[in-house]
Amino acid sequence: MAAKKFRVQIAFDECKGCGRCLKACPKKLLAVGNALNKQGYLAITAENADACIGCGSCFYQCPEPGAITIFEITE
Amino acid sequence: MSEKIKFGRSPVFFDPFERRPGPIKKNMHYCPGCGHGILHKLVAEAIDYHGIQGKTMFMVPVGCAVFAYYYFNVGAISVPHGRAPAVGTGVARAVPDSYVISYQGDGDLAAIGFNEFLQAANRGEKISIFFVNNSNYGMTGGQMAPTTLPGQKTATTPFGRNVLTDGFPVHVAEMVNTLTAPVYIERVALTSTARIMNAKKAVFKAIENLKNRKGFSFVEVLAPCPVNLKMTADQINDFIENQMIPEFPLGCIRDRSAEVENGTVPPAPAHDVESVKKVLFPPALENAGAVKENTSEIFNRELRVKMAGFGGQGILSLGITLANMARLRNFNVSWMPSYGPEQRGGAASCAVIVSRNRIPSPMISRDCDLLIATTQTALDKYIGELKDDGILIYDNTAVTLPELPAAMTKVGVDAVGIATRDVGSPKFVNSVLIGVLSVVLEQKGLLNAADQADFEQAFTAAVREKFGKKPGAVESNAQAFAAGRQGLSK
Repeated sequence: MAAKKFRVQIAFDECKGCGRCLKACPKKLLAVGNALNKQGYLAITAENADACIGCGSCFYQCPEPGAITIFEITE
Repeated sequence: MSEKIKFGRSPVFFDPFERRPGPIKKNMHYCPGCGHGILHKLVAEAIDYHGIQGKTMFMVPVGCAVFAYYYFNVGAISVPHGRAPAVGTGVARAVPDSYVISYQGDGDLAAIGFNEFLQAANRGEKISIFFVNNSNYGMTGGQMAPTTLPGQKTATTPFGRNVLTDGFPVHVAEMVNTLTAPVYIERVALTSTARIMNAKKAVFKAIENLKNRKGFSFVEVLAPCPVNLKMTADQINDFIENQMIPEFPLGCIRDRSAEVENGTVPPAPAHDVESVKKVLFPPALENAGAVKENTSEIFNRELRVKMAGFGGQGILSLGITLANMARLRNFNVSWMPSYGPEQRGGAASCAVIVSRNRIPSPMISRDCDLLIATTQTALDKYIGELKDDGILIYDNTAVTLPELPAAMTKVGVDAVGIATRDVGSPKFVNSVLIGVLSVVLEQKGLLNAADQADFEQAFTAAVREKFGKKPGAVESNAQAFAAGRQGLSK
């Protein structure tokens, strides 16, 4: 059985850039982006989204309901 | 290859937030890094997990979370400041198969609503309360809260909270622990992911207790407020870890949920929907459906009435009777009393507006159509508000008229005398006055002879509504109405 794969996705316009998720990610996949979103915040971006291990830390740290979504990829 | 969502937006949230005004419909209104959002997600997840979404009633507080009903797709009541446990008690008792969640901040629960909260806890109401402790008043701009730490700078304690003048932080969870009834008390924090997972367990436990109707569950949540405390996400986590947690130690303070048996759904209270409807929407007239068009002016215009006298004379009741008469004829009405703190004596007045249209304001300060004054002070005070061609009904034993415009209709009547002589008690003075009023309206041409019966029927219906259980009182009031008509006709 192949190891489970995950993907983290950040909704660009829903992020308020508070930065709670940055430290929470054990793989340090997240970083502050360099573009302002619709709300006027520097949204967080996921640099290597497919390296996500699906722990959910960033999801539970995030105060927004749907800014972070983690997908489980099945072959 | 397929993808499925492992962590994502909870189905307990609306998607999008249609109720939220403005163009942003996917986000909550909270500041960046706010703990409310994190706790909202945990609560939503717990509601979803335990499958109680359809029967959850959410008591929305005053404070930052005041718009929680934009977000949670559950029943919600927006409650006055601090009264969430009191309203929640009412909901839990009136709708026994509902699940009541109260979500409150520290200004709401620990300050203005502390008594409601403690009493609800002491009664062991079967509700779950989430208490967000962020050590300041967030919504109003970061003022000192009961939970502000000693020395902590806030908008109202710029030099730090001084315990000599401002007291010490309130330890709500420990205070609740002194009571017998609560089943589950825990304090958690929203800082590191491990702490948030503990918070999640506590929230799930509280919702589970709610679902099993174990009893009062209370979770205090130390939440970040980075914007008001002017900190970054990391700094606020350090602040909670190093300053708040030593003051407010984390952990489960009480958990009796294993000992307590699951509660049952108590029978619904005797007030079934039909009886409530009957009280709220009484049949308009005795022979409902037979409402005919009235041609008299009084039935088709706005009428602004002011009654004034001293407290205890029945001024306010007179206003209510008039308002009810109009309400039973499907008018819009407003009744606005004004009286002193004493039950008897002092000045009392009330303003009644009757209209076929909307009533923008219940106050009357000018353009009054009808003034009923029973004392000299009342007359002197309110005569200026009466229109020049208005109607003045006054007690001619108590009032001396000043010089008044000639167009004004002035009717002096000894209503108390008539009530005492003809009906046997001064208690019926209000009905005498309404009888007098009907004659005055006729004389002014506002009420046709044809519609006189409808006016009287409205009066009878209003009296019957009030004194329905005392047939004698209904009869005597009808007698007083007739006496008033006669007394003036003579």
